[in-house]
Amino acid sequence: MSLRRFTRTPEAVAGVVVLALLAIMALAAPFLFPGDPQSIAGPALVRPFQDWAFPLGTDRLGRDVLAELFHGARTSLAVGLAAAAASLAIGTIVGTLAGFAGGIVDEILMRITDAFQTVPGFLLALAFVSVVGPSLGVVVIAIALSAWTGPARVARAEVLSIRERDYVASARVAGMHPLAIAFREVMPNALPPVLALSSVMVAGAILTEAALSFLGLGDPNRVTWGGMIAEGRAVLRTAPFLSIAPGVMLVFTVLGVYLAGEGIVENSAVKRGLA
Amino acid sequence: MNRALRLLRRRLVGSVFVLLIVVVGTFFLLEAAPGDAVDAYIGSIGGDAGLAELLRQRWGLDQSTGTRLAAYLWALLHLDLGHSVAFSRPIRDILLERLPNTLLLMGSATALSFFLGSALGIVAGARPGSFRDRFLSIGSLALYAVPGFWLALVLVIVFAVDLRWFPIAGIETIASGKTGLARAADIIHHLVLPVTALGFIYLALYLRMMRAGMAEVWRQDFVLALRARGIPRRRIVLAHVARNALLPLVTMLGLQSAQMLGGSVVIESVFSVPGLGRLAQEAVTARDTPLLLGIILISAVLVVVINLLVDLAYAFLDPRVGASEAGA
Repeated sequence: MSLRRFTRTPEAVAGVVVLALLAIMALAAPFLFPGDPQSIAGPALVRPFQDWAFPLGTDRLGRDVLAELFHGARTSLAVGLAAAAASLAIGTIVGTLAGFAGGIVDEILMRITDAFQTVPGFLLALAFVSVVGPSLGVVVIAIALSAWTGPARVARAEVLSIRERDYVASARVAGMHPLAIAFREVMPNALPPVLALSSVMVAGAILTEAALSFLGLGDPNRVTWGGMIAEGRAVLRTAPFLSIAPGVMLVFTVLGVYLAGEGIVENSAVKRGLA
Repeated sequence: MNRALRLLRRRLVGSVFVLLIVVVGTFFLLEAAPGDAVDAYIGSIGGDAGLAELLRQRWGLDQSTGTRLAAYLWALLHLDLGHSVAFSRPIRDILLERLPNTLLLMGSATALSFFLGSALGIVAGARPGSFRDRFLSIGSLALYAVPGFWLALVLVIVFAVDLRWFPIAGIETIASGKTGLARAADIIHHLVLPVTALGFIYLALYLRMMRAGMAEVWRQDFVLALRARGIPRRRIVLAHVARNALLPLVTMLGLQSAQMLGGSVVIESVFSVPGLGRLAQEAVTARDTPLLLGIILISAVLVVVINLLVDLAYAFLDPRVGASEAGA
């Protein structure tokens, strides 16, 4: 039933199809293009659609652009999913604690949230990666640090309304530990509106990762679309394709994530509305 | 006026706490960075272990963390942000030199995204579900998905490299000797592409918010009453529906200022606009952490000030805000 409703929204279907293709690209990359995509594969600056050994040509250093795009999909999707998951986890925990504890704990946690929102997120991520040093894990943490505040506010607002419910009061009367009530009774019920942010968080994380890589702060041992665009800049006049192709991939990825996510959220909202 | 002052006072107290947290946070990020100011200094001009020892003593770097945090706060109170090793200049002077360019870029881009975004939002929201509405919704979604730096590069390829309508980089022609209006025109000519890139990225947000807000207002009873009274549709859309949906967008202006400062890093880097964002990239390349943290601090102050101004504007536009202390 819900699947049929889902397939009736063409945007959502398009999003899921795009995402599925990207996931296949990411999973198939090591089999279709084994070996290091950053190693030199042929002559430099082969134009696209000229040599079928390199369907999309090669870059300034003679690296296979198609192989780089496939491997870039791995980095983009991995960082996007991991960073979004981390932001949602941090945000949910902070928001639940703030909303459930109230009083001074709430005050302190929310002022810290304010402080994080006052600092431009991208600058914070930039500073963090620059101080700790670029690697995949550090980039994920940096993005999470700059993005957890939104989920935290949503979780807190939801917890504030849930903590007044009867079942929370009865858990208290039953002598449950307050932390156990907060995380075993309240948090699971506060999750749906937080999870509804997932697609926006993944899309934002992918864009932030791309911008960091573009500025040279991506993991140097991995191919990233942002890094490819930065590489292509050096030959922007003669070979603009090198900067344009990875950007098109980014646009499709972010659109796919967003459309699929919207479709799922709308679908579940309708379902809950009917129930 | 009393109302606005009360609001301002309450917000100021909150802002001081928030900025204090930011300052302490940046201090510990600075602590976490490998190497200290002496390492950077000796790295750039040379020296031996004895000199390092002496400098650490003189700059107070051999003190405990608490003492150094106090000294850092004390220096900040005197607007002393430290010394940039990469530029061999006080950090404050570099920031003040770059700030106007960023403000100009951000201000213009904000104006572009706000006015064009809300105007297109009105077009889309005038008839929800119409062809124009769907077209604009999909278009704004595509804009939302475009990475800012990539849009900037595409604009460069099309309008600077191919068509040669606008300069590729910089904020004005170097050593052109232009003054007055000619110089202003030169700067505007240089800023068209960066402002377009930065403004278009955030345009989608205002468009979508305006459209969603209008869809909400359409459902309210007073709109039905207006239609029943036979008021022309155009007048309902502009004078009533759009007007009521516009207010939340003003709040968004403040919230977006932090986002836009972050976005200006890549845009300024692509177009070599000598502003704070480009400075951040230069600080990263030169591994000048104190300078980078100085940029973060001044950005935080900027965001706080912008939000205060937006709050005041909001209180001015909506008489209900801050009318009672308990209400807000």
